[in-house]
Amino acid sequence: MQRLHAPVLLSGNDAVALAVKQSDVDVVAAYPITPQTTIVEKLSKYVADGELRARFISVESEHSALSACVGAAAAGARCFTATSSQGLALMHEVMYIAAGMRVPVVMAVANRTLSAPINIHCDHSDIMGSRDSGWVQIFCENVQEAYSRVIQAFRLAEDSRVQLPVAVNLDGFTLSHCYEAVQPLEDEDVRGYLPRRRRVVLDYESPVTMGGLSLPNTYFEIKLEQARALESSKHVFREVVKAYPGEKDGLDVVDVYNPGASVKAVCLGSTAGTLRHVAKTYGFDVGVVNVKLFRPFPREEVLAALSEAGLVAVFDRALSPGAAANPLTSDVKALLYDAGLRKPVWTVVYGLGGRDLTTAVVRKLLEELVEAAYAGRQEARTVYLREVAAW
Amino acid sequence: MVKPVQRLDELVDTEALSPGHSACAGCGAMIAVRQILMAAPHPLIVVNATGCVEVVSTQIPHTAWNIPYIHVAFENAAAVASGVEAALDVLEAKGLGRRHHILVLAGDGGTADIGLQALSGAFERGHRFVYVCYDNEAYMNTGIQRSSLTPLGAWSRTTPAGKLEEKKDLVAIATAHRIPYAATATIFFWKDLVNKVRKAFTFDGPSFIHVYAPCNRGWYFNPAETVRLSKLAVETRYFPLYEVERGVYRINYFVATPKPLEMFLKPQGRFQHLLKPENSHLMEALKQSVDRRWEELVVLSQRGKQAYAAMQG
Ligand SMILES: Cc1ncc(C[n+]2csc(CCOP(=O)(O)OP(=O)(O)O)c2C)c(N)n1
Ligand code: SF4
Ligand SMILES: [Mg+2]
Repeated sequence: MQRLHAPVLLSGNDAVALAVKQSDVDVVAAYPITPQTTIVEKLSKYVADGELRARFISVESEHSALSACVGAAAAGARCFTATSSQGLALMHEVMYIAAGMRVPVVMAVANRTLSAPINIHCDHSDIMGSRDSGWVQIFCENVQEAYSRVIQAFRLAEDSRVQLPVAVNLDGFTLSHCYEAVQPLEDEDVRGYLPRRRRVVLDYESPVTMGGLSLPNTYFEIKLEQARALESSKHVFREVVKAYPGEKDGLDVVDVYNPGASVKAVCLGSTAGTLRHVAKTYGFDVGVVNVKLFRPFPREEVLAALSEAGLVAVFDRALSPGAAANPLTSDVKALLYDAGLRKPVWTVVYGLGGRDLTTAVVRKLLEELVEAAYAGRQEARTVYLREVAAW
Repeated sequence: MVKPVQRLDELVDTEALSPGHSACAGCGAMIAVRQILMAAPHPLIVVNATGCVEVVSTQIPHTAWNIPYIHVAFENAAAVASGVEAALDVLEAKGLGRRHHILVLAGDGGTADIGLQALSGAFERGHRFVYVCYDNEAYMNTGIQRSSLTPLGAWSRTTPAGKLEEKKDLVAIATAHRIPYAATATIFFWKDLVNKVRKAFTFDGPSFIHVYAPCNRGWYFNPAETVRLSKLAVETRYFPLYEVERGVYRINYFVATPKPLEMFLKPQGRFQHLLKPENSHLMEALKQSVDRRWEELVVLSQRGKQAYAAMQG
């Protein structure tokens, strides 16, 4: 029988900090950057107040934050860091190393765009820059999900079949600073859900060499094995969600709204809520495919959601300048091509540098999409949703 | 206070680093590492920055390390060590692990250049570890490019006409963080080196040892001369042996009458152009910098003596 707290009003960042505290982490190493900062401020307070038995390392940079986490995880600690934007870019080098060394670090990314020009607001440029780093990458739709995903992330990262770092993405400000009612778990339930598992660590009694040099005769196999571990983490992700002692509705690898619709909008993060809301409120027959697990990309599930669609619109909140397609669109198109499905795919670029995605803008776009589908138009289009909401 | 080691048989007789690694014959850095490992207390974890020592000792699927070892990247060894230290501290308190001694090994590039920020951060936070910079005075792993610890006048592949800038004062930088202990050492003076290592591990905070490590490959000298060059570096006052304990300087090997600097420079290919008459101005600049550094040290150590006397009442 679950004994749940009454719901509490929390910002996304507060919810993440609470989840980290309940996960009984041993080490937090972090550096401030908007919009992530309040996560680690809160965590440092938990440690100072004795509510969390951990060492809080106030490092001098994000590069050192992730480096310290790699060291701490190698020594056997459960550890956490959080960052955004420039901080994530500065960690870039160590992100690949963390995945290659198979350390189960969990990181929250309050997504923010990248300079220049400097801008503190949300888009997904930061994480897309580290898309291929080998981390498990999860996107959250709301504050409750950010809370649950952080706890799940520890179980997933530490599973012996996975042993990979996990990034939990929450849209900067839209989620990080937005207050919602959150239903937290009881502390004991979290502890029961996150038992300490044995793994190879730095220990004098059984010495290991970590981070050795690999030449062309070994590198290929090591990286393939790592890629396979990431690939198969999708199944472990499902088990982890299934075992979660709280609400698990809508927490599968992909969440599909209105699966029968001929027009499908594919997106990441909080945007799914906006799209569903507009579709419902104005009665558009549009399905919303919310990709929760971005890496490993849930190919079968996304394909199943799109196979019957007449028109697909992929919402990309990051540019991939000069590429054949923007990041999410590129994944979706590759998927459809491999399945031999030829259908019109629009790429909808929106929200760069924090530009709001208003219901009015979405409404106009959904109208166009439905019209195009009705008319059977086959051309692919790139749409930039640039309307500026009144400030 | 640990009792100083006087004889070789007082050192650990197990080798934490196996023979058969792939360093060049006569590698000063590996001799230093071996001496350090014989002196360091156990249980011990080694954190290593990218560079020669890492590359020659960890080639998958082999390893030369008989003790736990981690390498992460070039510029972050001090940050990695911070994480290891914090982790084991908490895990011990929670009954989930135990604290180890931590030894960081990084080259002059990994310490004085790209790793200086991480090192400064770790010093300021006061993590308990011993950080050893093995100084071969260039980026050897990438083929002999200059670092900020390459001496004035020396040839390297990125100072083809000789370096025009002076060597950074690394111990002064470390000491400016008010860490409890910083020292210099080199391999010929093995007793001095091992006793400094033993002492460094007694402090409840970061300690720093700057170890001079001749590299025949990068300096162009006969590999049989490695240890002799480390001796000449000290005897010419080029690399003085001293320590700074809680801010108090002490010269450990007072060079009353220095040998001519040329004795140290001549056997090394990287200084050949300095010995030519047309470059006498560079030679002069190097000599002046060596003299000035020694005089500064003498002043600092005299102040240290007074401070020490005052401390004793
Ligand atoms: C961020 C980064 N930049 C550059 C390099 C390339 N690199 C590897 S080792 C090295 C030089 C190491 O020099 P030092 O620290 O003096 O150690 P040594 O090789 O001399 O032992 C360089 C430049 C790297 N690995 N990482
Ligand atoms: S290049 Fe120099 S430092 Fe590197 S292994 Fe050879 S002798 Fe040692
Ligand atoms: Mg070097």
